[in-house]
Amino acid sequence: MSSKRIPVLPRGVRLHFDKVRGQNVLLAPERTLFLDDVGHRILLELDGQRSIALIGQHLAAIYNAPEDAITSDINEFIDDLADKRVIGFADA
Amino acid sequence: MRDAALAPPPIAMLAELTHRCPLACPYCSNPEELIAREKELDTETWINVFRQAAEMGVLQVHISGGEPASRRDLVELVKGARDAGLYVNLITSGVGLTDARLEELDKAGVDHIQLSVQGITAKTADWIGGYEGAFARKMAVADKIAEIGFPLTLNAVMHRHNLDDLPATIELAKRLGARRIEIACVQFQGWALKNRSMLQPTREQVDDAKRVVARAREEYRGTMVFDFVPPDYYADFPKACMGGWGSTGLNVTPDGRVLPCHAAETIPSLTFQSVKDASLADIWYNGVAFSAFRGTDWLPDLCQSCDRRDVDFGGCRCQAMAVTGDATAADPVCRKSPHRHLVDEVLEAEVVPMGNKAFDYRKFPANR
Ligand code: SF4
Ligand code: SF4
Repeated sequence: MSSKRIPVLPRGVRLHFDKVRGQNVLLAPERTLFLDDVGHRILLELDGQRSIALIGQHLAAIYNAPEDAITSDINEFIDDLADKRVIGFADA
Repeated sequence: MRDAALAPPPIAMLAELTHRCPLACPYCSNPEELIAREKELDTETWINVFRQAAEMGVLQVHISGGEPASRRDLVELVKGARDAGLYVNLITSGVGLTDARLEELDKAGVDHIQLSVQGITAKTADWIGGYEGAFARKMAVADKIAEIGFPLTLNAVMHRHNLDDLPATIELAKRLGARRIEIACVQFQGWALKNRSMLQPTREQVDDAKRVVARAREEYRGTMVFDFVPPDYYADFPKACMGGWGSTGLNVTPDGRVLPCHAAETIPSLTFQSVKDASLADIWYNGVAFSAFRGTDWLPDLCQSCDRRDVDFGGCRCQAMAVTGDATAADPVCRKSPHRHLVDEVLEAEVVPMGNKAFDYRKFPANR
């Protein structure tokens, strides 16, 4: 059921490519999160329209990977960021 | 020229645009020798500093003061920082920000606002800030911040005179729609050191505060983030200074001097360079003030043999200076420090029931 949530980057949270370190980062109030490729890929999908389930389906197709595993990874990643208040939900 | 093995690039920069401020908080983190307006860097120099910062790897700038709104060019500076590619945090007391100015700041690209509160009622807040009407003004500003939709952190500086109001302070943060709350117990440097006996909380207050924060963290999980800085003197071990001296952040003063930390000027053996004389990168990588306590080689034997060496790096240099008179000593808050008794003596002598003592408010020198 938590996969029905539609994650969004709230105002004040944005993706940024750090040229000096050659890394993708998420910039947020009083927080800088250095992203790995997986995290960055997930965050690029957030469009305020699609749910975690739909994003999972999409990425599973692209990477030819089991949808359940992908969706559960996304849920975990999003939950962690939501606890830090750097992710919001469109339907909440 | 750069010793990459030793120093990574900084992540954050604190830009103290000005020391001017309508408030006069007795724990202000500005130095006792406040810098007058005539000496402040001009618009162009600041924007150049922002560009240099971004180029060397700084990702976030904290635009602060004094009160940054005291600068007439604040909007232009924010825009300059955003254009340079920085994430812009505005740290303000709110006093001096009109609705129109907030709207301009929104357009200029402020990413996040950190609003300080001195207390939860006009009576306490205006007394602590030394400014009649500050609280009312601040609440009006908070409403406008919410209306525009800026992400908000409420920055509550806590001490003996407001720690009992901590639950109500958290409720205020919630009411204002804050995404984060910083509960920062006063650190004793500069003005706060002068006022230490008025500000030092009691042990009961500190224990209560820890319980209140632990409970609130659970209650507000997912809705508000807590950043809690407990008071040093009651701790067993020191805090790391900003993740280690000269490792994550730098601070530029209103007249352009570059410091490893806002209180670094309290260490008389250090000299500081200015953005007027050298590039920011040169100062960061090669400046003597930055190398002085970078890494762990300089640490005293006590810390060299300790398993917390790479956790707290011997703690706060300015606190070692303030309490022991030796900036190279282990932070005297540490239970293992031979100077810990000095901290305990201060607690014993200063934490007495409130008398009629008055604050020594921060002020500019009379002959400026
Ligand atoms: S030693 Fe303390 S006051 Fe000085 S920079 Fe570090 S944390 Fe700040
Ligand atoms: S002895 Fe030094 S390194 Fe160990 S806890 Fe104390 S201050 Fe930190």
